[in-house]
Amino acid sequence: MKLNYLTIKKVLIGLKDKQFSSVELVNDCLEQIKKKDLNAFITVCEKEALEQAKQADELIKAGQDLPLLGIPIAAKDIFSTKGIRTTASSKVLENYIPEYDATVIAKLKNAGAIIIGKTNCDAWAHGSSGENSDFGPTKNPWNEEYVPGGSSSGSAVSVAANMAIAATGTDTGGSIRLPASFTNTVGLKPTYGRVSRYGIIAMASSLDTIGHFTKTVEDSAIFLKVTAGQDKNDATTPPKAVPDYEKALTGSIKGLKIGVPKEYFIEGLDKRIKKNIENAIKFYEENGAEVQEISLPHTDDAIACYYIIQPAEVSSNLARYDGIRFGNLRDSFGQEAKRRIMLGTFTLSVGYYDAYYKKAMKVRTLILEDYEKAFQKVDTIITPTSPTLPWKFGEKVDDPLAMYLSDVFTVTANIAGIPGLSVPTGFIDGLPVGMQILGKQFSEDLLFKAGNFYEQAHDFYKQTPYES
Amino acid sequence: MELKTKSKMFCSCSAQYFGEKPNSHTCPVCLGLPGALPVPNQQAIEWCVQIGQALNCNIPLFSKFDRKNYFYPDLAKGYQISQYDEPFCLNGHIEVNGKKFGITRVHMEEDTGKLLHSGDSSLIDFNRSGVPLVEIVTEPDFDNAKDVKAYLQKLQQIVRYLRVSDADMEKGQMRLEPNISISLNVNSKDLPKYKVEVKNINSFGFVEKAINYEIERQLVILKTDKLPAQETRGWDEGKNATVSQRAKEEANDYRYFPEPDIPPIRWTKEQIATLKSEIPELPNAKLARFQKEFGLSQYDAEILTREIELADYFEEAVKIAQNKATPKQIANHIINKKINIDEVLPAKLVEEIVSSNKTMDVNIDELKQIVQKVLTDNPQIKEDFAKGKDSVVQFAIGQVMYIIKKKIDINIVKKLIMEELK
Repeated sequence: MKLNYLTIKKVLIGLKDKQFSSVELVNDCLEQIKKKDLNAFITVCEKEALEQAKQADELIKAGQDLPLLGIPIAAKDIFSTKGIRTTASSKVLENYIPEYDATVIAKLKNAGAIIIGKTNCDAWAHGSSGENSDFGPTKNPWNEEYVPGGSSSGSAVSVAANMAIAATGTDTGGSIRLPASFTNTVGLKPTYGRVSRYGIIAMASSLDTIGHFTKTVEDSAIFLKVTAGQDKNDATTPPKAVPDYEKALTGSIKGLKIGVPKEYFIEGLDKRIKKNIENAIKFYEENGAEVQEISLPHTDDAIACYYIIQPAEVSSNLARYDGIRFGNLRDSFGQEAKRRIMLGTFTLSVGYYDAYYKKAMKVRTLILEDYEKAFQKVDTIITPTSPTLPWKFGEKVDDPLAMYLSDVFTVTANIAGIPGLSVPTGFIDGLPVGMQILGKQFSEDLLFKAGNFYEQAHDFYKQTPYES
Repeated sequence: MELKTKSKMFCSCSAQYFGEKPNSHTCPVCLGLPGALPVPNQQAIEWCVQIGQALNCNIPLFSKFDRKNYFYPDLAKGYQISQYDEPFCLNGHIEVNGKKFGITRVHMEEDTGKLLHSGDSSLIDFNRSGVPLVEIVTEPDFDNAKDVKAYLQKLQQIVRYLRVSDADMEKGQMRLEPNISISLNVNSKDLPKYKVEVKNINSFGFVEKAINYEIERQLVILKTDKLPAQETRGWDEGKNATVSQRAKEEANDYRYFPEPDIPPIRWTKEQIATLKSEIPELPNAKLARFQKEFGLSQYDAEILTREIELADYFEEAVKIAQNKATPKQIANHIINKKINIDEVLPAKLVEEIVSSNKTMDVNIDELKQIVQKVLTDNPQIKEDFAKGKDSVVQFAIGQVMYIIKKKIDINIVKKLIMEELK
């Protein structure tokens, strides 16, 4: 098997045991990137990555022990990487080179990771399919006529297609969980404030979370241990201790209380996906978990709430792109960005603020309270990640009901600031399906435990779109 | 007021930007680069609260920052982080010239960069971007320019006493924007339906001139039965007049919303009380105490308390002097001799005072001889004294002192002369 098909865990063991070198591993990844034309990357850092791999090999030889030493990782192109072009997949920043690293990038580098390239995404992270990129969409490796999901399309694909061992992403309304479920990868949306946002191009400041894609739940836990923690450069990261997420993986799920929200299993959810997720939940029940139906009554208002708050913050966050200090002029903004700027400006303007923005913030509190009440009864909540299978390029707009539901499964977690883990649950018509496991704030360890238990009892994580 | 914190309001760049090379105090945060985030400066916030407390404001236990959205080249992020509806301080007052003026609010915000116009182009220096500013807004309680000037001077004094700002107008550390409107109806309780904002005033003298000019200008318009335009005007030094800058027809829509990158501030009562207890003695209190404790006249006490540095210097000198010199003597010396307190240490000053008071020991016999010599050499002294010219005694003293060339107690000399004359 080629080295790029390994997990973080297996690579760490292999490097330590001198079965192979980081340089060999990086070369295998680079070869895959060149071989498969999926448009997952905007910038490939071939020279830098091989240089860093060489250094990693020296450190490994010297007995250095870092959590991600020698591991090639892809970074969504909204993460600032010092000296390396960062475009947000937008023409506005097509030649912008940051002078500093995002905190998460610095943490990954300090942990020994190698940034192999910057991945494609919907421009400014606006989108659910990757089709809004100014540099062309990324293709789903499981079927290249279908979308891989977005906005972190390139990052999901880089891991699914074994071009990188793991990849960073952001999740503001589902932008990690959705593409993870579309590509048979594990996607984590952490608790808001668990991981620093400093250096990551802001979309909606009160909704953005910084997560990642991996091949297994164990890898996800290893990764979060590196990226989580308070950052003095981000005032919204609380001084909460970072648990040993790896330790939390094993352990019984007997007695684990799982909530199934009735509002998520209704008309508009693909019946095959409904069956698939119900089977997954049954698996937990058969192994000792206690499953009960719960209600999240304000689910219906979540989309309206999200699509007022998010564009409002987007319109303000995109104001700094005036073409004076860096970047191109504002007429380089794509259609979707312009739409959201206009929508956000409108909902914040005099005469409309109270009816829209302020009202949406009040509804936000109600949604938060829905979850608080639910988590008094259950430990986790399991739902489908997406109501539909991945769609064909260009197909998206035709089914309003499915469009509505598309975001409603994922946005509430961002509104409430709670964590969510998307875990593969199989394939339908050759296209991946996933479930999302939600928990209360800072309960990532519980999500990992539940996710790992399911994953290891099934074979989905062993499947790859291409033969190794 | 620009606060003299070490670092800027939302990043750790140095806030001491005056005279520095352009764009040398910048970082991703104050340049508004992609991905940058603001982290509030605790010192600045505490100082803002203390300014409010010195102005008798209420400090709400909950406060937050808001985004004020607008586009301008010197505003890096396209929004300014400020405070809108829940500022740090509310509803205070200040006493000046025996009158009480209301303080509406005191809040924190960040400064913008500076635009410099050079020929056809404009240059932007972001050194000032992000420097902490405290904005103090008064109630419309003033009805003449003199009071306004006195208020501004008192405010400057307070802020310097607190040591939170140097409030130097030449350096832009204190900026003034009077808002003026007039109603011809003396009994009207409502505010006029317009107001004119005046900017670009950089001295107390000019603020008085600008207000008086505006009052005149607006009266002329009002008397023709028209309403002055609601606008922003600038003070033009050369013309000695205010000049229209732009129409302030309606409030700009700044689309304020709570700053999501900064959690709101929740004080405890104890924290507020601690901040208040740390406020040093303020000018009015110090003035009263100097008069009471040191027996100084109000005039002298006012001079000594005008600036905190001088007041501290004076008290230090009094402490050092103990009973070697009285507070009154020290005060007189400082005020009359125009001492440069930056060059002369308090201890040295006390030494000087003591030595100028001190007189050398004198040999009585030697002195008697000199006195007799003077009287012999100047027979008119005795003649004039006999005629009743008392002033001749001073002359005699002067002659004796001239000969002896030592600093001795004049009273002894006078005594001996009187003995001889009698």
